Amino acid sequence: MEVLSDHNWVLTVGTFLPLVGVLIMLFIPKTDEVLSKSVAIATAAATLAVGIFTLIQFNYDHADKMQFAADAEWISVIKSSYLIGIDGISLPLYFLSMVITLLVMIYSWNHVPSPGNAKAFFILMLVLQTGMAGTFIARDLILFFVFFELVLLPMYFMIGVWGGENRQYASLKFFLYTMFGSALMLVAFLALFFKTGAESFSIPYLIENGAGIAKNTQIWIFAGMFVGFAVKVPMFPFHTWLPDAHTQAPTQGSVILAAILLKLGTYGFVRIAIPILPAAAKEWAPWIGLLAVIGIIYGALGCLAQTDMKRLIAFSSVAHMGYVMLGISTLTDFGLNAAMFGMVAHGLITGMLFFIAGSVKERYHTLEIKRLSGMLVQMPKLGWILGFSAMASLGLPGLAGFWGEFPAILSAYQPAEGLPVETFRTYMVIAAIGTVFAAAYLLWLYQRTAFGEPTAEFAAGHGHDEDIHDVNKFEWIAWTPLLIAIVVFGVYPQLMFKVLDPAVGVTLKAFGG
Amino acid sequence: MLVQATETAETVLTSGWFLDHAYIIPLIPAVAFFLIIFFGKRMPMKGSEFGIASMVGALVFSGGAAYQWIQRVNGVSEEAFVEPVIKSWTWWQNGGFSFGIGQHIDGLSLTILVVVAFISTLVQIYSTEYLHGDRRYTHFFASLTLFSAGMLNMVVAENMIQLILGWEIMGLCSFMLIGHWWEDGANSRAALKAFFTTRTGDIGLLVGTSVLFFAANDWTQKNLGVSGFSIRGLSAWALSGTAGQAAITVGAVALFIACIGKSGQFPLHTWLPDAMAGPTPVSSLLHSSTMVVAGVFLVARVYPVFFEGMNILGTNVNFIVVIGGVTIVIAAALAFVQTDIKKVLAYSTVSQLGYMMMGLGAGAWLPAVFHIFTHAFFKACLFLAAGSISHSASHHSFDMKKDMGGLRKFMPITFTTWIISTLALCGVFPFSGFFSKDEIIDNVGYSGYSLFMVIGLVGAFLTAAYMTRATYLTFFGSPRGAAAGEHHDEGHGHDAHDSHDAHDAHGHDAHDAHDSHGHDDHASHGPRESGPLITIPLIILATLAIGSGLLNAVPFGENWENLKKWVEPRAEVVNVTGVKEPSGSHGESRFVLTAPSGVVAAEEGGHHKSDCGKKAPESGVCYAPQLNHAPFKWSKAALSLGIVFAGMIISWLLCVQLYTRKNKALVGLTQRNKVLGAGYAFLANKYYLDHLYEKVIVRSIAYPISRGAYWINQNVLDGIVNGAGIGSRKIAGWVYRNVDQRVVDGAVNGAGNAAQGAGGALQPVQSGKVNQYGALLFGAAAIGALVLVIINT
Amino acid sequence: MLVNQFLMLGAILFCIGVYGVIARKNAVLVLMSIELILNSVNINLLAFSLRNGSTDGHTFALYIIAVAAAEVGVGLAMVLLMYRNRRSVGLDELSEMKG
Repeated sequence: MEVLSDHNWVLTVGTFLPLVGVLIMLFIPKTDEVLSKSVAIATAAATLAVGIFTLIQFNYDHADKMQFAADAEWISVIKSSYLIGIDGISLPLYFLSMVITLLVMIYSWNHVPSPGNAKAFFILMLVLQTGMAGTFIARDLILFFVFFELVLLPMYFMIGVWGGENRQYASLKFFLYTMFGSALMLVAFLALFFKTGAESFSIPYLIENGAGIAKNTQIWIFAGMFVGFAVKVPMFPFHTWLPDAHTQAPTQGSVILAAILLKLGTYGFVRIAIPILPAAAKEWAPWIGLLAVIGIIYGALGCLAQTDMKRLIAFSSVAHMGYVMLGISTLTDFGLNAAMFGMVAHGLITGMLFFIAGSVKERYHTLEIKRLSGMLVQMPKLGWILGFSAMASLGLPGLAGFWGEFPAILSAYQPAEGLPVETFRTYMVIAAIGTVFAAAYLLWLYQRTAFGEPTAEFAAGHGHDEDIHDVNKFEWIAWTPLLIAIVVFGVYPQLMFKVLDPAVGVTLKAFGG
Repeated sequence: MLVQATETAETVLTSGWFLDHAYIIPLIPAVAFFLIIFFGKRMPMKGSEFGIASMVGALVFSGGAAYQWIQRVNGVSEEAFVEPVIKSWTWWQNGGFSFGIGQHIDGLSLTILVVVAFISTLVQIYSTEYLHGDRRYTHFFASLTLFSAGMLNMVVAENMIQLILGWEIMGLCSFMLIGHWWEDGANSRAALKAFFTTRTGDIGLLVGTSVLFFAANDWTQKNLGVSGFSIRGLSAWALSGTAGQAAITVGAVALFIACIGKSGQFPLHTWLPDAMAGPTPVSSLLHSSTMVVAGVFLVARVYPVFFEGMNILGTNVNFIVVIGGVTIVIAAALAFVQTDIKKVLAYSTVSQLGYMMMGLGAGAWLPAVFHIFTHAFFKACLFLAAGSISHSASHHSFDMKKDMGGLRKFMPITFTTWIISTLALCGVFPFSGFFSKDEIIDNVGYSGYSLFMVIGLVGAFLTAAYMTRATYLTFFGSPRGAAAGEHHDEGHGHDAHDSHDAHDAHGHDAHDAHDSHGHDDHASHGPRESGPLITIPLIILATLAIGSGLLNAVPFGENWENLKKWVEPRAEVVNVTGVKEPSGSHGESRFVLTAPSGVVAAEEGGHHKSDCGKKAPESGVCYAPQLNHAPFKWSKAALSLGIVFAGMIISWLLCVQLYTRKNKALVGLTQRNKVLGAGYAFLANKYYLDHLYEKVIVRSIAYPISRGAYWINQNVLDGIVNGAGIGSRKIAGWVYRNVDQRVVDGAVNGAGNAAQGAGGALQPVQSGKVNQYGALLFGAAAIGALVLVIINT
Repeated sequence: MLVNQFLMLGAILFCIGVYGVIARKNAVLVLMSIELILNSVNINLLAFSLRNGSTDGHTFALYIIAVAAAEVGVGLAMVLLMYRNRRSVGLDELSEMKG
């Protein structure tokens, strides 16, 4: 794999800058909340500036190559090194993580969930940012694993401390579930390490040598990785932690969880599992595809059964990630492109939906769909933004969601050579039916919550007037970039496809792609 | 880049600025949409000026392009293939291929462009009056403008993805506009139903597009250098003879399912009448003249795919023609049992869309497209007239039986335009509907689809009958309810302004006189004519309802067949040369076509017929199949005109009996009628029918059909839609409760419980007594030692 | 060599120690018993060290003596604290750690 190592300090700075912010914040007294918040947001902004610099310096003509690559000695005793770099696949996600963190922080300025303690809350978000960014730049399995796990702890505390009534159950479930997956994943990594001669944990090295492992062994190693990543995605039937975690998490946690954390799993498939173990990927692909389409329909059915708005959105993630996994399971560059696009689009759109759910909760103190009605009457702007996001989420062409969904369906018509064509065509039809379900649950949600007159409980003059107000300043600042991005990527998807396409081609070299 | 070649040795195709830049047309309203959203509320006319200006702009651009297209067509011989003006820019790339966005401008797209831009303009002007003072006036115009952008984009679409983009944007706008008054649950439910039903059909669009893409892509890349989404590529591929029959059939059927949903064809037509919950201008624009023809347009657009996939002209029956035929009759029959004037028009629209589909299914491409054209004018006019009635005469009621009657005296302009459009709809000579509908029926029969020609004639009879009934109920007889000045309704949000013009100079009752002064007394006016912003669009549309048929007036000879010359793609073999290898590079000319072998065609004389669509071209490609054109005969026209008049007269007589001679002695007969059941043996008997309103249909044979159809409509089809919704919710609930929460989640919780149980079991061991711990320790060590000893010996 | 005798002595001391740990209620006695166990191990180590002619065993024994000293120190401190808090050094009264 060719690398370009100009400006190789950029990624390290971009990844660890938040930790510097954390260090500074440790010296700020807990009572000085404004200062804590300012420092945190400044750090996130500085990180984003580094991200923008990365975006500018990125050589788009060589999006297929690892850029800003650095290779330093790290833990030589286990032959793991500090090997980093980004290509067209990681760049959008890496950048997205920075944007989302900053926006979430801005949103948190006056939305620190109970029981308060802004300092700790912001520190956790910064640590989270380091973990997320690090996962996307790591090109060494141990490094990847460390960052992958680093993400868990702040999220555990965010849910466990700042979450809803049932937060302890949810946070524990989240933590244990993902740890369980990670354990199997680590075993798979170790197996990979030893089976390739215990030489190195570097991903490029493993890609070169992984194909040489006996097929049966590959299948078992892939199984380990599969569980690890599938839990994170989450794929049916490993998804049950997700609704609980989302429902109980504070808004900020939900947004980050939906926008970035879920992508760590799919990213792992694309970056690690598939290129290193091509033969096993081929064996597994039909099953992954099956679980993906089950997830699509099942997630949609789950949505229809919900009475809680946030839980509904959480279930919709299961369905949407199903499209992403369907794209991946085709093992074609067409499908993988769609999947990568779908990840970013889902991050933007579902992130936005969770923001809205958080704001609704803050205003009405409930998310029970039955009790909400006529949001458009009381808060027209918020209502329209919800409508916009719902439309984007159901895959309306011209908005970002479509470009993850439609090409993924398309790609299933013709999977990579050697995969069962009829099976995948069946998946295609099922996935297409899933789009109707998506329309059903989202519009149904929208019709019940936004249309009509407000329920008696929340009608004007019943004691809720103070809380119920339209979108405020901080919400606008936090949401506008997402809304614009949803439109821009929807109208001109080439912006992202151009970056993804070459890198995806390289990833699928083993399949003749 | 310009993907076109206009020059060969023989022919030079002219072009022009408007033609080359037709892609701008959808951009104008798109930009206007954002202007309205962001600045609309601050503008003096609350954003409607942006909408109207953008529609006028689009109309000017479309008109210019149409004019230049006509020049282009006139510049070549009658038999030469006229190259569409195609442009494409890279929109997205995937898997090494790039896919374009651009324009595909030919006679078909220009026809629809002009219609859409024109009607949108009129409807927007009309809306400024109709929705004056509405609380979401600006939103309304934003949605209306976005809708136009979507429709125009779909029409200029260069490829299927761009087409889907426009298609779905229309669906979205439809949702927003039907649910415009969403405070009322019924409206938002109708909006949901419309979006959801069409979305169900859209599964077919996604699947069909995918299937065709993968089937065609290799061929199109190799031969034309375009992707398998491209409309031109798909057309040529379908007629190339290399297309696999299975793929093309599956693709065509799937696409047609989408058309069924969008164009309100049986059995997915149920959403369209409900969609009348939206404001009347919306019904007029979206749900009669433009959006619902999107499905018809799609079939016409990639006609070769359907032609080959459905084996049109190859057999006496195919999927499209059957659906079209069934829709005509089912919908027309349903129109009889409606009391809501807009629902009559809605079912009429469904029925007319059935004509278009039937025409396309029987190879009558041009008449079907022509019918889109003429139908748009007179149907828009009818809806706007209905809106005018409700706005000014019936207190926002659309109930013909309760709130209308005798309005011809109060609303002369509305009445006249309504009558003209009704005659056009019924296909009376020389109104526009005659030229298009009669052509469809004629050509369907000529191509061997005799059964469907009969269905078409039955449909014409029914159309004449139900329109006569609607006209009678609305404009004749004595005024009832609101039309008579009764006020049973209070509080109309958008009823803030009345234009009290000098038009109430006709003789009218006390209510009118009373009304003509007090601006503060909105709730108590009687029927009167609407203001000029409403009547002028009506007059313009009515004029076109008369005149637009002359564009392709077959009865007057070949010189009048302009649309055939300008719009119908010519089925000629086109040589393809200089095809470059497809490459991922974008921004350069992808392929070059030489134009047409016009010389060859000319040599063979006037009655040349190419083999396109019959067998694969040996060299070069075809873009359109060779179709039949029935020669016009006055005898056939006389037959259908006779049927139409018969329908009108019979219906008229029945209406007179029903409404002017309400005889109480007939009530008993109605009871008997019910007892006797739905026998249509009584149809001939006038007495049975004088009674209950719905029983009118008994005699016009439609009673069992329409009641049955309505029953199926409400219980089976609607029931399936509703049942599917309820059922999936129940399944979802069950799955959620039993599978998700118990099995899947249960497994997870089970692991936790197991660990907890084990912990409980071992709890006593943790006695807290150090001695016991020690004992355990040494005991364990002893056992361990023992094991070691045993193993080692 | 007298290895057997040394080992016998070690085993006897060990058994006494184990008996003390299990049966005695007095914390000080239990501590002493633990010392006995440790020293029985020391005897074994030294015996084998002598027999093999290497000094490894001596090294270990010295190490154990050091650890044992520390252990006794900590243990007696705990017993002292226990006595201060409860006025008793009976182990059977200490069952707060019961699971």
